[in-house]
Amino acid sequence: MVSEQLVDLSRLQFAATAMYHFLFVPLTLGMVWMLVIMESVYVMTGKTIYKDMTRFWGKLFGINFALGVTTGITLEFQFGTNWAYYSHYVGDIFGAPLAIEGLMAFFLESTFIGLFFFGWDRLSRQQHLLVTILMAVGTNLSALWILIANGWMQNPVGSEFSYETMRMELTDFWAVVFNPVAQGKFVHTVSAGYVTGAMFVLSISAWYLLRGRDVEFAKRSFRIAAAFGFASICSVIVLGDESGYALGEAQQTKLAAMEAMWDTEPAPASFNLVALPDEAGMKNDFALHIPWAMGIIGTRSLDKTLPGLNEIYAKNRERVTVGIEAVKRLETLRRNPRDTAAREAFEQVRDDLGFGLLLKKYVASMDDVTPELIDRAARDTLPRVAPLFWTFRIMVALGFAMLALFGLALWHSVKGDFAQRPWLLKWALYFLPMPWLACEMGWFVAEYGRQPWTIYGVLPTHLSVSTLTVESLYGSLAGFVGFYTLLLIVEMYLMVRFARQGPGSLGTGRYQNEAQHA
Amino acid sequence: MIFDYPTLKLIWWLLVGVLLVGFAIMDGHDMGVGTLLPFAGRNDEERRIIINTVGPHWDGNQVWFITGGGAIFAAWPIVYATAFSGFYWAMLAVLWALFFRPVGFDYRSKIHNAVWRSTWDWGLFVGGAVPPLIFGVAFGNLLQGVPFHFDDTLVPYYTGSFWALLNPFALLAGVVSTAMITCHGAIYLAHRTEGDIQRRAITAALVFGVLMLAGFSAAGLWIANGSFGYAITSAVDAAALPNPLAKTVEAQSGAWLANYGKAPLTVLVPALAYAGGIAALLLVRKRRTLAAFVASSLAITGVIGTAGVSMFPFVMPSSTAPGASLTVWDAVSSHRTLGIMFWATLIFMPIIVAYTGWAYKVMAGKVTAAYIRENEHSAY
Repeated sequence: MVSEQLVDLSRLQFAATAMYHFLFVPLTLGMVWMLVIMESVYVMTGKTIYKDMTRFWGKLFGINFALGVTTGITLEFQFGTNWAYYSHYVGDIFGAPLAIEGLMAFFLESTFIGLFFFGWDRLSRQQHLLVTILMAVGTNLSALWILIANGWMQNPVGSEFSYETMRMELTDFWAVVFNPVAQGKFVHTVSAGYVTGAMFVLSISAWYLLRGRDVEFAKRSFRIAAAFGFASICSVIVLGDESGYALGEAQQTKLAAMEAMWDTEPAPASFNLVALPDEAGMKNDFALHIPWAMGIIGTRSLDKTLPGLNEIYAKNRERVTVGIEAVKRLETLRRNPRDTAAREAFEQVRDDLGFGLLLKKYVASMDDVTPELIDRAARDTLPRVAPLFWTFRIMVALGFAMLALFGLALWHSVKGDFAQRPWLLKWALYFLPMPWLACEMGWFVAEYGRQPWTIYGVLPTHLSVSTLTVESLYGSLAGFVGFYTLLLIVEMYLMVRFARQGPGSLGTGRYQNEAQHA
Repeated sequence: MIFDYPTLKLIWWLLVGVLLVGFAIMDGHDMGVGTLLPFAGRNDEERRIIINTVGPHWDGNQVWFITGGGAIFAAWPIVYATAFSGFYWAMLAVLWALFFRPVGFDYRSKIHNAVWRSTWDWGLFVGGAVPPLIFGVAFGNLLQGVPFHFDDTLVPYYTGSFWALLNPFALLAGVVSTAMITCHGAIYLAHRTEGDIQRRAITAALVFGVLMLAGFSAAGLWIANGSFGYAITSAVDAAALPNPLAKTVEAQSGAWLANYGKAPLTVLVPALAYAGGIAALLLVRKRRTLAAFVASSLAITGVIGTAGVSMFPFVMPSSTAPGASLTVWDAVSSHRTLGIMFWATLIFMPIIVAYTGWAYKVMAGKVTAAYIRENEHSAY
């Protein structure tokens, strides 16, 4: 059996490298559209300042993009290096969106980013704008396919287990593509990226304005960021909210955990604004309710119930019991694949196979299962409540604080007096890290909330790992930490340096700080 | 589905080959340029010229690698799982070497500091030289068979060590691969530069081209005279559902040459490696650099194709449990997934080639010192 330490280290390495990658992705997703907007204004008006804006913000975009590319390859490698059984077990479905992402999106984005930076003097204005737009489209399509892959992990549609090949196989490609969980995730995630891009430009422009530097440049940038950011934060909140969580069992479990809903309440359920969850007792020691709110947010109705954790537990315990039978019958069938009776017996319980596999964490053979182990396996299907409950609340609180900021920034942009509102500019400046914080919280909720599964209901995390040594994992983890720390220092150094220097770094002679040549 | 399962399995063997060859030709030439960077560029301006020959393109080229990985994941999931986890430290070495490329290209010239710039130059060297070396070593090991097996639920277990990968034959394969990629990069560099840099690039192309041909010949002789090769000894049902444990295999000396006897036309593949390689050398001497680049691309196709044809239908033979070897018949995805991925590749590949070609056309011409001076703030 696989050691728990190996599983934990593999998870830690994936979580650390994925969350690190996600420091760079949201900014890329959002900035790229800001560049499209700025350049479109340039092409329409012919005003050079908009070209300079595109180039300067593009420079910062490029510094960020380089690390996005660097850290993205890690993730593609890691499915194979560290999650070998996962790759075998679900590659038939999961590999396809990753490969299509490369073919349809990443090629587009990466080819045109070269022309974006180097094509200014070789392309007409319209051609260059087209290049920028294609780069933006590629970036966002890339997110789409990655989230289709990720959405399938949360809600594995369009596939079934094949006992002959001992893996999951695709039955309906379009069901995987149009997986409602994936589509909801896509909208929510790219919108969060747009907010990040907008906040980046808003904050740095606010800093220039507070310093009274490159005022025209900063004011124009601020206005674009305010408008784009406001639209984006509305999209994150309205389209990305919990409506998607009513779909699929993984999402329902996650929803119950992040809302600390232990019991199934009569519809419409109340919303726990604050709670002190007691994991062992499977209840809340204290909770501050808002009546009806949860039912309305979660189901968009007054009469549908949302399952609480205790109900989910009872159902899953039943499924684990059937799952034991599924594992046993699969073993029989694998020994004698032509036995039709054995096949029929397996088919009856096939849907609960994943729940039976949960027990492989504790025993090698299903004959050794005790009722206590069944309890434990069923309990494993509930993620820990407190981390999800609180990270989710921090994310939401940050979202609303950013809504207020972008709302006011847009209001004062329309009035035209934001440059004389130091409190607003300072708020914008200090809020620079907030979208990153919110994005990381969001990823944590989505991925930690899926545990103990890599593919919900299908494949437990502890079976998904590669059969590596613990020493190898310590070594590679140390390597990643070392490289990533160095890269972050270098990236931050360049980012801060060029943000401080401002548009003068373009060397056009039109801005302050020209002398400080890089 | 237009194609039956055996046909699609065969098509996917070809498509993985196309993607690997595409990767070697496209990402290969900028890796070769990276390898030559600290030697062909003697001062900062020369190095900036060299970097900017690939500056607008390296990122797009790298996607060949990423898409190749994704395609193996989708089409040969158990190969992806077994090879990536088995070659754990080798894959991490490739990955970590690749880290130096995006940041090396983008960050190097943003700061005016000799130590900073020379550090990234060596970073680009590592990012250019290490991946082809390790891929060559990996192929060298695949040709010998690697130690892995599966349990009855198909969990892969790899029982070798990283150091065992560095055996003499595998290192020879690594030399062939690195020389091939460096020669290819040198030809590209000669095409995009003039004067001293071009002269040095031509010299490098000649040296590494000869080294590649010599190494390729040596490896061929070694395979012909050593104990290499595996053969399936049970009946092959190409239409069967993939199960790598359903066959028997034994190690057979000379088995890697059997395909050339069975299908004599396949001899054209190694012949292409020689014809392309020799033509590249002759053409680059005459400074017909574009034609030399095409010839060198054909040589790459021949070299990689030779490894593929020799091993066919094996993809990853196991030395410790030969029956568990992975082949094009039993290591593949389902019929449906192979079909969908075939269409996705067929539709997007021509589009990719078209816009990549356009990008090269837009940026065509020699990169000169004047170009670097005019674009002091925006060039790499």
